[in-house]
Amino acid sequence: MKASYDVIVIGSGPGGLAAAIAAKENGADDVLIIERDVELGGILLQCIHNGFGLELFNEDIPGPTYAQHFIEKTKGHGVQTLMDTMVLDITPERIVFAINKDLGYLELHARAIVLAMGCRERTRAQILLPGARPAGVYTAGTAQRFVNVEGHMPGEKFVILGSGDIGMIMARRLTIEGARVERVLEIMPYLTGLTRNYVQCLLDYGITLQKQRTVNRIIGRDRVEAIEAVSVDDAWNPIPGTKEIIPCDTLLLSVGLIPENELSKKAGVALDPVTNGPYVDDRFMTSVPGIFAAGNVVHVYDLVDWVTEAGYVAGKGAAHFAQTDKVETGTEIPLKAGENIRYVVPHKISKAHLAEETVRLQMRAITPIEERVLVTVEDQNGDVIAKKGEAYARPGEILTLAIKPTSFDAAQKATSLTVNVRKR
Amino acid sequence: MSENYDVIIIGAGIVGSMVARFLSKYKLDILLIEKESDVGMGTSSANSAAVHAGYDALPGTNKALTNVMGAEMWPEISQDLGIPFERCGDYVVAVDEEDLKMLNLLLERGQANRVPGLEIIDGDEMRRREPLVRPDTIGALWAPTGGIIDPFAATIAAAENAVMNGVTLKRDTAFEDFLMDGNRITSIHTSRGDFTCRWVVNAAGLYADEVMHKAGVRPEFMIRPRRGEYVILDKVDFQLTRNTILFPTPSDKGKGIVVASSLHGNVIVGPNANFVDDKTNKDITKEGIEEIWSGGKKLVPGINRKHIIAEFAGLRATGNAPTPNPEINYNQDFIIEIPREVKGLVNLGGIESPGFTAAPGLALKVIELLEEAGESLVEKADWNPIREPRPVFRHLNKDEQAALVAREPAYGRIVCRCEMVTEGEILAEIHAPIPADTYDALKRRTWLGTGRCQGGFDMPRVTQILSDELGVPPEDVTKKGEGSPLLFRPTKNVEQDHLTVEDLI
Repeated sequence: MKASYDVIVIGSGPGGLAAAIAAKENGADDVLIIERDVELGGILLQCIHNGFGLELFNEDIPGPTYAQHFIEKTKGHGVQTLMDTMVLDITPERIVFAINKDLGYLELHARAIVLAMGCRERTRAQILLPGARPAGVYTAGTAQRFVNVEGHMPGEKFVILGSGDIGMIMARRLTIEGARVERVLEIMPYLTGLTRNYVQCLLDYGITLQKQRTVNRIIGRDRVEAIEAVSVDDAWNPIPGTKEIIPCDTLLLSVGLIPENELSKKAGVALDPVTNGPYVDDRFMTSVPGIFAAGNVVHVYDLVDWVTEAGYVAGKGAAHFAQTDKVETGTEIPLKAGENIRYVVPHKISKAHLAEETVRLQMRAITPIEERVLVTVEDQNGDVIAKKGEAYARPGEILTLAIKPTSFDAAQKATSLTVNVRKR
Repeated sequence: MSENYDVIIIGAGIVGSMVARFLSKYKLDILLIEKESDVGMGTSSANSAAVHAGYDALPGTNKALTNVMGAEMWPEISQDLGIPFERCGDYVVAVDEEDLKMLNLLLERGQANRVPGLEIIDGDEMRRREPLVRPDTIGALWAPTGGIIDPFAATIAAAENAVMNGVTLKRDTAFEDFLMDGNRITSIHTSRGDFTCRWVVNAAGLYADEVMHKAGVRPEFMIRPRRGEYVILDKVDFQLTRNTILFPTPSDKGKGIVVASSLHGNVIVGPNANFVDDKTNKDITKEGIEEIWSGGKKLVPGINRKHIIAEFAGLRATGNAPTPNPEINYNQDFIIEIPREVKGLVNLGGIESPGFTAAPGLALKVIELLEEAGESLVEKADWNPIREPRPVFRHLNKDEQAALVAREPAYGRIVCRCEMVTEGEILAEIHAPIPADTYDALKRRTWLGTGRCQGGFDMPRVTQILSDELGVPPEDVTKKGEGSPLLFRPTKNVEQDHLTVEDLI
């Protein structure tokens, strides 16, 4: 196989697939996807539920179907793939070291790289869950792989901690498979996943969600036998007299996702401590020239459609970089999180790019506002460059806003932009 | 007809495994039994992973004697057994005058115990050697013979070397009682049948008191587990400047909460010391984590809670046996004895810290006791003290990795992404002399599943490999033996159920 490529994409989930396709469509000749699993598609392959494609295709399709659409496109475009291959190291000079059983140790050179490693789940240890350490404590995604890909049930009687999307989707899936979901517990006073998942996965199946309630102790020496649940106040302190022992054999955790950036760190990519992903510009280029990042590796999205869109942008940027060895950015304007905004991606936008293309911002709110809100992008003088109304703002649901070329003139005098979300 | 042995060792922790390994030198039929599904699952699996220099224990105690013996023996044993060990030295850090007094006391104790190379250094020197130590450090005791070890590898390698040299290991085999002829032990009764023997070595760790009581020995001896909780930090996010162990000055609760390097590359913080009543209670607690975190913060203020990737707890087998020398007032010593009341029993009791360090010393003491009792130990001509290490992918450089995968392709598939554990390593351990046949057994041997994703990625893959290699359905693969299945049943399968249209209407 070849030792050098125009663009190497690491990971073949929705972000990676889109990046590879866009790289090809924008003039990159040799595009390679490196995937650690045996099939393309990433985590989409275990997401056999529907809910994908509403934004891009106006269709409600399952994860594998969504993935297949892009897998076929990469094949049609002549994107090369290395499967069952793990990337071990990346250098800032864009040398990729990888390994697999058939070809052994590989050293590959890329003119541009797109990082698309996705994210991983927060674990029991990271949330300091007390008690014993028996079998039967799984992250929701691991359980999802066991059930949907491997075809095995990891338990019969479940408690799910966390109202993240995968947890709620697994609650429904496990119920369909004949298991019993005793409870979904959420430590926050609000839902952390999408409302539509609460309705379709919990309400429709009669599964109880308890907010401001968490697992106080795991019980069971060899296998989970029960968990002790407890209610908490706003500071997460247990409220006396609210303990309840819930007999169960499995505890699933849906307590958050963390962008997977160990390789990015090796390549010297600077990370934002709030998103846990790389600092990126509007082409999703990281702090290391020629290394781009797409999808959940940048920050955790709630819709796959937005991941695909980000992959297209990153892949296009990578193709241009591969052909020119640079990116024409011109003046860049930093984007800052303002009122009730935890973070905004990208971290900066180029005035030159804005003249020609729409730049989509993705934001997460800090606290819920359950009434009509206005999302604004303001310059250093408080002048509004772009705005969008929403029915509500919730930390569990990403806010997006597109800055269109029509805002180009207004943005000319901006030296920085701040995003806010306020009651209308 | 029951199996017949010269020596039966109860308990395959580090002590039992090391005794088995040293006794395997001699022409003896030896049985090593372990009630758990694997060797080294008790106290040996959850500790500070330290080889202590030997300045803590009171001079003249069994603890002091065997600690210093062990600290001296580990460099060679670790070489022979092909396991990671680094004599990096350790420090006891002082921040006030009281602490300084304690350093001098420890120095005197250490010198009396014949610990080599001890030295008190000032605060500037301590900060020069480890800039991350708390800034108001005013001095430290430096012990160059302290070290860090991989406790899982050590126990497994000792047991494996024993097995290579003819020792029979039976796991999932719980001691239940002695069968006596008068006051002579003739055999033991276990959950897997009776085994006759001339000698029993009690290396039952937390349960050593119960084993003694079954023989009618030392009814007053009690082991009360003292739980120690720990946290592990992500190796990518936090490291000490160089490998070492930082101790606070000790208190009556023990050696205190340490911040230590480990040979797996992660910094470890802990333990606290709290008595629990249940010998299986290895719960981690909110209060405990707070306690060790504030202890660790005191020593190394730069540690960050966000970097915690795992927590665990272990139980110390704290006993109440006085030191054999009546002049020394100390009631938590190791028991190393052939009790007079019965014939055929060697007791190793109350083996809490520094038990891991002391294990090789304890093994030599067992040999000494057997010889004193008239056992004529004849060395085997073909005893092989060497256990070759197996390849560890992540420890190799790029060229070595390339050569290994070219030779054995299974080393080219990474199964655990955080710790970079390959299929080759997993297969080698499943087919080793002591087969790793559970998820946790593989975890202890290869370090898979211990990283920041805590097995989320590898577990389905490892389950499948275990299922394939052991020739059992995935539902029979366990985390740590009987009663700990990972999976319950296949998902519904409409085809298999042969549903017809008639069934549905």
